[in-house]
Amino acid sequence: MGQRPLEKVGYALMVMVAIAVVVPILAVVGIIIVKGLPALSWSFIVEMPYDGMKAGGIFPAIVGTLLLTLGTAIAAIPVGVAGAIYLAEYARDTALTRAVRLAIVNLAGIPSVVYGLFGLGMFVLFLGLGTSVVAGSLTLGIMTLPVVISTAEEALRAVPREYRTVSASLGGTRWQGIRNIILPQATPGIITGVILGLLRAAGETAPILFTVAAFYLPSLPKSPMDQVMALPYHLYVVSTQVPGMPEEIQYGTALVLIALVLSMNTVATLVRSHYRRRRTW
Amino acid sequence: MVDWFMGSSQSVVPKIKLEGISYSYGGRPALQDVTLDIPEHAVTSFFGPAQSGKTTLLRLINRLNDQVENTRMSGTILLGGEDIYAPHIHVPSLRRRVGMVFALPLPLPGTIRDNVVYGPRLAGIRDRQGLDELVVQSLQRAALWDEVKDRLDTPASQLSGGQQQRLCIARSLALEPEVLLLDEPTSGLDPVSTSLVEQSLIELKQRYTIIIVPHNIQQAARISDYTAFFLLGELVEHGPASKVFTTPEDHRTEEYITGRFG
Repeated sequence: MGQRPLEKVGYALMVMVAIAVVVPILAVVGIIIVKGLPALSWSFIVEMPYDGMKAGGIFPAIVGTLLLTLGTAIAAIPVGVAGAIYLAEYARDTALTRAVRLAIVNLAGIPSVVYGLFGLGMFVLFLGLGTSVVAGSLTLGIMTLPVVISTAEEALRAVPREYRTVSASLGGTRWQGIRNIILPQATPGIITGVILGLLRAAGETAPILFTVAAFYLPSLPKSPMDQVMALPYHLYVVSTQVPGMPEEIQYGTALVLIALVLSMNTVATLVRSHYRRRRTW
Repeated sequence: MVDWFMGSSQSVVPKIKLEGISYSYGGRPALQDVTLDIPEHAVTSFFGPAQSGKTTLLRLINRLNDQVENTRMSGTILLGGEDIYAPHIHVPSLRRRVGMVFALPLPLPGTIRDNVVYGPRLAGIRDRQGLDELVVQSLQRAALWDEVKDRLDTPASQLSGGQQQRLCIARSLALEPEVLLLDEPTSGLDPVSTSLVEQSLIELKQRYTIIIVPHNIQQAARISDYTAFFLLGELVEHGPASKVFTTPEDHRTEEYITGRFG
């Protein structure tokens, strides 16, 4: 066999591999769209479920997921970004900071159900928050922290070292340099990390299972101490826990969850590219 | 500060006194027992081959080396008679009195105006008019005003290399420092920009005390009033530039100037 036929075979193989990667993603999204679209209607989105969730909409689950995502952001962003600033800008290379870094890497690898159990023990029971939006948000927040910290730290370190020296030479304190130069330059990267973390949190079931999620609660929460329904858990419930559930409700729920996550992703990309255009290096 | 004291006398007033400065990085000596007076309102140059300690000495004068770990320093640096390493010294305030320009021009993110007002803003100057005046004055002194006066609010990154370096000088001048340190400020510039920077330095010495690490001996000879020759961390010889460059006392200085090494 000559050189060229072999090359063609290799090329064809690579194309097939590339297609093989894309096919499952398209298939998943495609099936969910095809099967879920018939269920999708204005009333499906804005109505309460009734008749044991076999009829009506999924409004409380959408609201619940949005609230939990917001709560997660409130819990994870300040702590995560502050931690990243400390690690990237202040911490010297000591045994302690190395231990902290190791802990962060390992936290990122812990299965989400373990976070759920931790949240149950820590927030729901020990701190007495009960199964509530607060307890669920804190649990998701802790799960999200490692992602936020490590991506934010990386974004801070990517800002050229010399900016810090220049700021100091102009009479800036270390914090003034961070506040005025480093942090604004690192913002696109930090936003990316935050969104990635929040997306994961929005789609998680295990951490909210014991800490916030309600099986069937056709009302909206009155306070952060209330339980809520949430899309991932609702999807689990309608798929496996209720006999005789119409299929399009299952796929409709999945479609809403995917659309929510993808639209957040899009917003993040837009925000990031907006900031990146203003960057000077 | 003590202008009345100088009166009309011709004697040289030392602005900075370096007394017995030794410095090492992780046990590796960079400066050995350097004692030197830097005269006020003059250009003093530190010259010598690479690794001779010039830049280190420069960075000690505005305490920019404070954050470098694992270093040792002994000796005293007096600025206007005051020990700048004394415990009560507020380092950001010291750096406002002792400005620094680096080898590679690095404009901060933002516009030309943002760059000039960065230091004054951090120092607490807020009033719009005062800042605007500072922008004009600093850019004029750095010989950049005419080229940028119509585009103060465009990104500083769009300036040419030579303009960026003059912007960096203007940025330091906006703090009205007493001393200006320049570490090979023209190393990345073309001859025309170099000449512009040198001219502005010669004008600036009437107001400021200038210390420069020149990027070659010719430059040192062109702009220095006083000069000091360093070799491997040792201060070999110093004095008026006209004397050191024409009739050096130490044979090592002579060999370096005439290009026999380094």
